[in-house]
Amino acid sequence: MGPSSKSKIILSMALLGLVISGCASTTDGRLQNSSAPQSAATTSSLNEDAQNLVANVADRVFFATDQSNIDGSSRATLRDQAAWLNQNASIRLTIEGHADERGTREYNLALGARRANAVRDFLISEGVSGDRLQTISYGKERPVSLCSEESCWSKNRRAVANIR
Amino acid sequence: MRYVSKAKRQFQKALWALAIFALLPIGAQAALKIDITQGNVEPLPIAVLDFESEDGVGQDLAKVVIADLERSGLFRPVDREAFIETQVGVNVRPKFKDWRVVNALALVTGRAVLQGDGRLRVEFRLWDVVAGQQMTGLQFFTKPENWRRISHLVADAIYERLTGETGYFDTRIVYVSESGPKNQRVKKLAVMDQDGFSQSELTSGRALALTPRFSPTAQEITYLSFANNKPRVYLLNIETGQQEVVGDFPGMTFAPRFSPDGQKIILSLERNGNSNIYTMDLRTRETRRLTSSLAIDTAPCFAPDGSRIVFESDRMGSQQLYVMEDDGSNVRRISYGEGRYATPVWSPRGDLIAFTKTLKGRFLIGVMKPDGSGERILTEGFHNEGPAWSPNGRVITFFREGKGADEGSTLWTVDVTGYNERPISTPGWASDPAWSPLIR
Repeated sequence: MGPSSKSKIILSMALLGLVISGCASTTDGRLQNSSAPQSAATTSSLNEDAQNLVANVADRVFFATDQSNIDGSSRATLRDQAAWLNQNASIRLTIEGHADERGTREYNLALGARRANAVRDFLISEGVSGDRLQTISYGKERPVSLCSEESCWSKNRRAVANIR
Repeated sequence: MRYVSKAKRQFQKALWALAIFALLPIGAQAALKIDITQGNVEPLPIAVLDFESEDGVGQDLAKVVIADLERSGLFRPVDREAFIETQVGVNVRPKFKDWRVVNALALVTGRAVLQGDGRLRVEFRLWDVVAGQQMTGLQFFTKPENWRRISHLVADAIYERLTGETGYFDTRIVYVSESGPKNQRVKKLAVMDQDGFSQSELTSGRALALTPRFSPTAQEITYLSFANNKPRVYLLNIETGQQEVVGDFPGMTFAPRFSPDGQKIILSLERNGNSNIYTMDLRTRETRRLTSSLAIDTAPCFAPDGSRIVFESDRMGSQQLYVMEDDGSNVRRISYGEGRYATPVWSPRGDLIAFTKTLKGRFLIGVMKPDGSGERILTEGFHNEGPAWSPNGRVITFFREGKGADEGSTLWTVDVTGYNERPISTPGWASDPAWSPLIR
C-alpha cells in the first residue's frame, strides 16, 4: 500500500495464468499488486512475451469534493481498465476508495466506500464480472499527497485499483 | 449477558482493591460553593498542603490533586511559597487566620501511611477557610501502586463538595496513538488516565485502529480495526486483551458505540457504497437494521436513557444531524444552522448533543439541545473533530489536526461553557479520544 505520486503506470504483471509478483520499483503509480512480496528476481524473470503484454493503464481516478460520480476523464481511464481486465480474465482487483482530510473520520470512510463502489459499478457496466472486483475504503487514513491545500486534497480524493 | 457479567466481575475486582471511608468531621460543616454553570468563573483559590508521609508519596499525592483541580479551570492553587503554616496534621484544626492571609478560600490537608498489611492508607480533609470549618474528610485504602487513583479520588471529592456535581478526575481516556509518516500512519489504541499519565497501548499497530469507545463498565472497548484488510467493528477486553469481530456482517462495519446498558453495539454497515445503521445484541447476536436510506447514515449515538439515537446523514445532500427512536422510527432532522454537522455525541446528562461542524473550510466543535435549539460553538479552527464527553457532562475532549505533512493530531479538552481549553499531553500524535465512565 505504498504511496505513489504518479497516476500512470505499466501493468507489469499477470499474464496467461502465470503468477507474478508485483514490484514497486517498476510499477510505482501504475496498477500493481498490493499484497505480493516485493521481489526483483520475480520481475527480472518476466520473459519478453510478458513484457510485450504489458498494458498501459492508469490505476486511479479522482473525485470532486464530497462526490463519488465518475467524470469524463475518469470514464476514459476506467474504460481502459475494463478493456484490460476483459483481456486478462484471471486478474482480480481490489478497488481502494479514499477521501481527503477535509471531512470527519466516519463520513470519509463511508465516502471512500461510495467512491470505490462507483468505480466497481462502472467496471461492471463495461463488462467486468463483479466477483473479480473487491472494494475497501480507507477514508482519509492513507493520503498520498501531504500538503493541506487543494493541490494535495484533489490527489487524495481517489479510487485506486490494486491487483489482488 | 455474557459480556456484562464478565465485565461486572472485573469491575468488582477493581473496587475490591480500593476502600473508601468517611473521616469524622472536626467541627461543624460549611457551605463554600462554586457555581460551575457560569462559564467564566473566577477560579476558587485553594491551598493544598503536602500530605504527611514518611516518604515522598505525600508530596506526589498533593501534586496530582493540585494538577487535577487546576486543569478544571475552577480552582487556582495557592503558591506553596506563600504558605505560612507549612505542616498541618490531618487530625488538627488548621490556623485559619494564616490561610486567610494567603487568600486561600479552601484548604486541603492529608496524610499517607504505609500500613503493616502492605496497604497504603490515605486520609484528607477539605476545609472552608473563611468559615473555619471542615467540608469533607475521607480515608482510602489501596495498594501503594494505586496512589495516583487516590489523588484523583481526592480531587473528585473536593470537586464534588465544592461544585455539587459529580467529579471526573478518576477516569481514563482511550484514544488512537499515531506514529510514522502521514501517508503510512501507524494507529494503535492506547489508554491513559484523564490527566495523560499511566499510558498503555492496547493494540500492536499492525492493523489500523480507529474510533475506540468505552463500554459502560469501562472494561471493554469497541473500535474499528483494519485487521486482515477488512475494516470491521471489534470488541476488545482491556483486562484480558482478548478481542473478537462484532457480528457477521457482509461489508465494512464502522462508527461503533455501546448502548447505555452495554447490551448492544450500534454501528454503520456499508454495502455497495451505501451506509446504514444497525444494532447488534451482544447476547443473542441478533442484528437489527434501523435506517434504510441510499445515503451515508453513520456516527450513531444513543441518548443516555437508550430511548433515542442521534446520527448523521447526508440524505438531504449534506451531512446533518438526525434523531430517531431506538427502533429507527420517527426520524427528524435537528441541525439547521449554516454548514455541515457530523459526529454527534449525546451528553451523559442528556441535556446536550456535541458535534463537529464544518463551516467555510473550518472545523468547529459545538453543542446543541437534543431538539436542535441553543447551538453554541465551543472551539473552532483549521480542524477540530470528534467530541467526547466527560462522564459528568461538563467537559468535552476532542482532537485537533495540524496542517501539512509534518503535523498531526493532538488531544484537547474544553469546558462545555466554551472556556478553559487545554491540551492533554500524550507521547505522540493522538486522535479519536473517548472518555471512560466513572469507574466507581
